[in-house]
Amino acid sequence: MPMVEHQGHAKAAITVRVILALIACVIFLIPVLWMLATALKPREDILSIPPKVFFTPSLEGFVSLFTQRSTLTKAQMEEYKQRTDLTWVEKIALERGLAVVGPSQYVSRLKNSIIIAGLSTILAVVMGFLAAYSFSRFKIAGSGDLLFFILSTRMLPPVVVTIPIFLMYRQLGLYDTHIGMIILYTAFNLSFSVWLLKGFIDEIPKEYEEAALVDGYSRWEAFIKFVVPQSLSGIAATTVFCFIFAWNEYAFALMLTSERARTAPPSIPSVLGTAGIEWAAIAAGALLFLIPVVIVTFALRQYLLRGVTFGAIRK
Amino acid sequence: MANIELIQVEKKFGDFHAVKPMDLTIKDGEFVVLLGPSGCGKTTTLRMIAGLETVTSGEILLNGKNITHQPARERDIAFVFQFFALYPHMTARENIAFPLQAQRVPKDIIARRVKEVTKLLEIEYLLHLRPGALSSGDQQRVALARALVRKPQAFLMDEPLGALDAEFRETMRAEIKKLHIRENATTLYVTHDQIEAMAMGDKIVVMSAAVIQQVGTPAEVYHNPANTFVAKFIGSPGMNLLPGIVQSDKIILPNGDSYLIPQQWGPVFMNGWNGKKVYIGFRPEALIIDKQGCINATVYSEDMHGSHVMLNMGINDTQEIVHGRIERGVYYAINAPICFNIREDMVRFFDAETGNALKAEVKL
Repeated sequence: MPMVEHQGHAKAAITVRVILALIACVIFLIPVLWMLATALKPREDILSIPPKVFFTPSLEGFVSLFTQRSTLTKAQMEEYKQRTDLTWVEKIALERGLAVVGPSQYVSRLKNSIIIAGLSTILAVVMGFLAAYSFSRFKIAGSGDLLFFILSTRMLPPVVVTIPIFLMYRQLGLYDTHIGMIILYTAFNLSFSVWLLKGFIDEIPKEYEEAALVDGYSRWEAFIKFVVPQSLSGIAATTVFCFIFAWNEYAFALMLTSERARTAPPSIPSVLGTAGIEWAAIAAGALLFLIPVVIVTFALRQYLLRGVTFGAIRK
Repeated sequence: MANIELIQVEKKFGDFHAVKPMDLTIKDGEFVVLLGPSGCGKTTTLRMIAGLETVTSGEILLNGKNITHQPARERDIAFVFQFFALYPHMTARENIAFPLQAQRVPKDIIARRVKEVTKLLEIEYLLHLRPGALSSGDQQRVALARALVRKPQAFLMDEPLGALDAEFRETMRAEIKKLHIRENATTLYVTHDQIEAMAMGDKIVVMSAAVIQQVGTPAEVYHNPANTFVAKFIGSPGMNLLPGIVQSDKIILPNGDSYLIPQQWGPVFMNGWNGKKVYIGFRPEALIIDKQGCINATVYSEDMHGSHVMLNMGINDTQEIVHGRIERGVYYAINAPICFNIREDMVRFFDAETGNALKAEVKL
C-alpha cells in the first residue's frame, strides 16, 4: 500500500539522519574525548604507541596542574613514605618522587579569566544593547558614519594593536590589572554586539513600543517590558559570542598581563614542566578551561534556538 | 469624551512635505474617517494626533487644551494599529489589562474592566490565549478591547481592517460601527477604502497629496465632490468626467456632440465661461439610456454587479469611457451604437483648469 510505503520512506530517512548526526557528533567530540582521556592517563600511557584506549585512570595530571612540586632525594622519599599525615594529593605526587610545596597559580588564573571575561561580556552586551536600540529607533545625526566607525574598530587584528595599547596601558597604570583587561575586552566586543543586536532589534516591529507609548507607558518602560523580552534570543547569542571571544583571547592577555591579572589562556602553555612535557596537566587545564563556555552556552541554549517574534504582527 | 482640533498642523520629513498645513475639527462623539490613497499623509496626521510623530508646526488641541508637544502617554488617546501590535509574549487578558496597569489601577478594577469590554466584544472565551493562537479577526477584537478598556478621550484607528481577511472585514466593520454607537466615542479612522469610509463615517475627510481635498458627510462627498480628485476617488467606479468646451448654453464634446446646460445651471455659466474647458461630471446612476439622447457612444463592455449591471461605453471618436448603471436583464450588444442623457439634478461641472467644482446657485 502506498501509505505504508510512504511511512517506510519516512522512517528510513529519519534513520539516515540519525546516523549522519551520530557520525558528526563523533567527529566533533573525538578531540574533546581525547583531551579527557589524556587528562586522566598516567604518564606512561600518554605517549604509548599504539594509543591506549583502556587504562587505569589517574589524577596525576590534575595534581600537576594545581600544585607546585619539588623533587625528593632518595632519603627524603624514604622519610615521606613513613609519614601518615599525607593527603591523597601528596600521595599521588610521591609516587613520582615529588613533594607538594604549594598550590599552582592555575586556579587564580582561571578566576581572573572568569572575572575578566564575565564582566566584560556583561558590559559589552548591556552597552551594546542600549546603543543598538538607539541606532535602530532614533534618528541620530550621522548614524551611518558612526556605525561604520564602530565597525572599523574591528578591522585591525589584535596583534597589530597590542604594542600601542601596551604603551598606553603602561602610562595609564592599566598594565596587568583586571580593570584594564575588562575595558579592553569590552571595547573590542562592543562593535560586534552593537551590530549583531541592531540586527535583532530592527526585526522587532516598532508598533509594539508605539502601542505601549499610547497605552500610557514611557519609552523606558516600553523598552524594559517589551524590547528586552523580545530580544532575549539576540541577547543570548551575543552573550555567547562575546564570552567566547573574551574567554579565549590570547594575544592581548599575553602582552598586557603578567601576574595579578593573567588569564588562563596564556598560562596553559606555561604548565609545560621542566622534566618533559606534562601532557596530562595541559589536557587537564584545557578541559577545565572548556567548562565555563559549555555552561554559558547550555544555560542560554533555549534562547539561542527560539525565534525573535512569533505571530502577532502580520507582514 | 472629547473634541480634537487641528490648527495649521504641518509635518515635514526633511524636504518631504508629508502633511501641508491643515485645519480640522473633530467634534465630541463624531466618527470621522480620513480617506485617501496611500502616501497622502493621512496616517502621519493620525500619528501626530497620537503623539507618535512630532509636529513641524501648528497646534493640536484636545478639549481646547494644547497637547501639541505632550508625550503620547499623557494624551489619553487610544490607538488601534493596522497590524494589531498585540504583545506576543502576553495572553489576550494581559494585553487588554496592559494600559490599565500603566495607570496603576487596582487589580480588582482591572479585572472588572477587562470583563466588561471582553463581554462587549464577545471575546471572553479566548482570554487565556496568546495572540499567535488567534484568528486575525479575534486579534483585532483584542486590540479594540485594549483600546476600549481605559475609556480614553478619543480613539484613533489606522486602517484597522486592512490586515483582515475579506470574511472578517465586513463583520468587523459592523462591530466597530456598533461600538461607536454604543460608546459614542470620538473616533478618527484612517482608511484608503472609500466603501469603508462611506459605510462608517459621520464625516469623511478626503486627503490627497498632503492636503485636505474635502470635508463632508458621505452623501456630500459623493454627490457634491469639491473637485475632480474627490469625484474620481469616491465611488466605484468613480464619477464620469467628460471634457468639453462651453459655448453659450451648450457644452461641446470632443466628438462634436453638444450637451445642453440645464436651466438651473444657466446663471453659473453666464459670465466669462464662453470658450472655456470644463468637465461634465455625473455618477453612473445619473446616466439614462435614451434613443433621443444627446451624447453618442458605443457599447464597450458590460459588468454584472449582482443587483445591477454596469455598462461601459466609449464616447465616439474619443478615448473617453463612461460608466452607466442599468437594470438587470437589459442587454446591449458589444459595439452597438447607443445614445444617452444625464439626469439634470445629478449633473455637476468642474473647472478643467483648477479641477474645482462649479458652485450651483440653487440648492441641489
